[in-house]
Amino acid sequence: MRRIKELVIEKALLTSALITVAITAGIILVLSFEAFAFFREVSIVDFFTDTEWTPLFSNKHYGILPLLSGTLLTSFIAVAFAVPVGLSISIYISEYAPRSFRTSIKPALELLAAVPTVVYGFFALTVVTPFLQSFIPGLSGFNALSAGLVMGIMIIPFVSSLSEDALHAVPDSLREASFGMGSTKLQNAFRVMVPAASSGIVVSVILAISRAIGETMIVAIAAGQQPRLTLDPTVPVETITAYIVQVSLGDVQHGSLEYRTIFAAGITLFVFTFLLNTVSYRIRKKFQEKYE
Amino acid sequence: MNNIKKNRWKDQAFKFWGIFCTLLGLVLLAIFIGSIIVDGVQRIDWDFLTSLPSRKADRAGIYTALMGSVWVLVLTTIIALPVGIAAAIYLEEYAKKNRLSSLLEVNISNLAGVPSIIYGLLGLEIFVRIMQMGASVLAGSFTLALLILPIVIVSTREAIKAVPKSIRDASFALGASKWQTVSRQLLPASFGGILTGVILALSRAVGETAPLIVIGALTYVPFAPKSPMDEFSVLPIQIFNWISRPQHGFEVNAAAAIIILLLITFMMNGIAVYFRNKWQRKLK
Amino acid sequence: MVKEKKENIIDSNLQRKHKLRTKGVKVWYDDFMAIKGIDMNIKANKVTAFIGPSGCGKSTFLRLFNRMNDYVDGFRLEGEVTIDGENIYKKKVNVEQLRKQVGMVFQKPNPFPKSIFENVAYGLKIQGLKDKKFLQEKVERSLKRVALWDEVKDDLNKSALALSGGQQQRLCIARALAVEPSIILMDEPTSALDPLSTSKIEELIYELKKDYTIVIVTHNMQQASRVSDYTAFFYLGELIEYDKTKKLFTNPEKKQTENYITGRFG
Repeated sequence: MRRIKELVIEKALLTSALITVAITAGIILVLSFEAFAFFREVSIVDFFTDTEWTPLFSNKHYGILPLLSGTLLTSFIAVAFAVPVGLSISIYISEYAPRSFRTSIKPALELLAAVPTVVYGFFALTVVTPFLQSFIPGLSGFNALSAGLVMGIMIIPFVSSLSEDALHAVPDSLREASFGMGSTKLQNAFRVMVPAASSGIVVSVILAISRAIGETMIVAIAAGQQPRLTLDPTVPVETITAYIVQVSLGDVQHGSLEYRTIFAAGITLFVFTFLLNTVSYRIRKKFQEKYE
Repeated sequence: MNNIKKNRWKDQAFKFWGIFCTLLGLVLLAIFIGSIIVDGVQRIDWDFLTSLPSRKADRAGIYTALMGSVWVLVLTTIIALPVGIAAAIYLEEYAKKNRLSSLLEVNISNLAGVPSIIYGLLGLEIFVRIMQMGASVLAGSFTLALLILPIVIVSTREAIKAVPKSIRDASFALGASKWQTVSRQLLPASFGGILTGVILALSRAVGETAPLIVIGALTYVPFAPKSPMDEFSVLPIQIFNWISRPQHGFEVNAAAAIIILLLITFMMNGIAVYFRNKWQRKLK
Repeated sequence: MVKEKKENIIDSNLQRKHKLRTKGVKVWYDDFMAIKGIDMNIKANKVTAFIGPSGCGKSTFLRLFNRMNDYVDGFRLEGEVTIDGENIYKKKVNVEQLRKQVGMVFQKPNPFPKSIFENVAYGLKIQGLKDKKFLQEKVERSLKRVALWDEVKDDLNKSALALSGGQQQRLCIARALAVEPSIILMDEPTSALDPLSTSKIEELIYELKKDYTIVIVTHNMQQASRVSDYTAFFYLGELIEYDKTKKLFTNPEKKQTENYITGRFG
């Protein structure tokens, strides 16, 4: 009797664990099913080569490039801001600051990632954009620059926290060796610590990129809703995520081609983040083995 | 000699740069919260919390959105908690090192990195359309439950892992079965850690906007939900809705609602940190 | 403790003979007093061994000479530490410059996760030296000095982590030599190595003392008697006895020293 009970419990626990696999399967099925229906009507070549995205207008174009460029532009700005800052923070905390400082500052920084993104969007729109407009005259009310920068603030803790963990895991003996040779802290940090912790740092950067690409509310609020193929950070753009929000807010008929566009856009987004996450997972696994 | 001086100078310069960067994010956050408080705090009163939404900014309140958030939070917890904890127990205590467990491992790590809006698309198709829940509280809660599931699993595993092996050995040595060991020793001993993780996951859920917009949650609801099948809005969507309106009055409303949302988020984070510290001390 | 009368004589001859000196040195870690007032003169071009039980302060004392204790939280120093008559704890002393003069070899081999070449060239590169040919010559000479050149000359670009433990330690010594220090501090350099590698390192120490002043901390008393000219015995933060190695091991003056070297405690 007891054996049967144990077995039933184990199977129930296993089922719960398998639900996570079902979620992934569900995501892939749903996205590909709707995207497949979409590609029966829109050629996949047009999808990747047409430079206009106007599914909601009468003159319809289904080129993902403008949404992709919007996504990459805002993400690039965010990452270009967050990586140097986050990396500097992690080096400062692990190599310069007193040890006690570490335990108090890390949770404080992680608060940056706890703020709801809709709140950041408001910040970008009502504070950062007007501030930037005061010295960039041509900056429009919705733009990739301010959305990207604020997104950068949000992902700082992703970079700083994981990189700091990686630096912290480098054995002290290497620090001693390099100080013993007469390195300054800076030389020690960049010539010994950063190379030794490079895989962990790379993982943190990849996760930050993935996070930026999938971020929705900040760009939906502050970057605009005008898909255009541009690298100009001062004009309104639209990201993949913002487009999905835009369609969701409207009244689009289920089963229509417009409805399916959000799944076609969604699967593009999913493939990008999936690749980034898989790469970072691989590196992380290898990295763990190295130190254990 | 000259080189060494230069290196020292660079070293000092980087130190100040590091301090600057560390403070940068925090100072920006402080400026931002400060400016929001200045904008919105005078708008917060009892009426603001208890009024229904309105087309007139100065009469609009957050009652329906707040109730929607509470409903979603409660249902999300009920759905995600048992599944998440059960999956974590399986992975930590039962799973053998084989291909299935490494598949589960990769999969959960991947799910944690899937953008939240993708969960919205999943919820829209599965819960809203196929299971015909419509844009209800229940559909929203299921969607968010899937979203926070990886976070619950990961933090529960950490908490269980932190329980000393000696407790397991002692329990098994007394003839306890695996499940008896888990339910009577491990879960009570890791309770504080699990609680911390769950609260953090829920604080993430309470701020989520995009997936709920995608499943069709309303931006304007005249009534608070009374059952799981009712349509609903949540606080972040209400904020989003007010932000997208041009009149200044709504911007003030948005700021006021953000203060409430941040209060909830920070409070949940504070409680989580409190439980974590208390639990970690107990575990030692 | 040792011949205190002589210390007052400021004599350049003495300074040349006494490379390292400490006067009234006390060290605290927060409230804990790790070194309780030590006066010591260490001779140039000799090997001096520090022995004593764990926690006696010998490593802390060794690390005073290249200021490696500076990074330990709560470290505080009283008294004077001089190299060639120069107080190295004065404010204007450049710590990086000091460490180029005083090389150090650590308990466990700690090569950087870089190539063999990069490891040896590291100290020169951080000084801003870039000339390829110069670096190559230096690397070769340093590796030859530690008798590692023949073993690795074809693998200079391979990772240093691929070497054996004994090779790694010799690489670490070569790395220290490349910047041409005049003093080498060794903190139990063979404690992580097998007997064969240990004897190679010991031979090397014997070789090196012609050109360098060497101070070595060791747990192993046979090693101290084999490699050193002078031996200092530390106990509970104090210098108990300091003398010629032969004398200290055959005819110690203090009871505590005798107890320790005969293995009655420690």
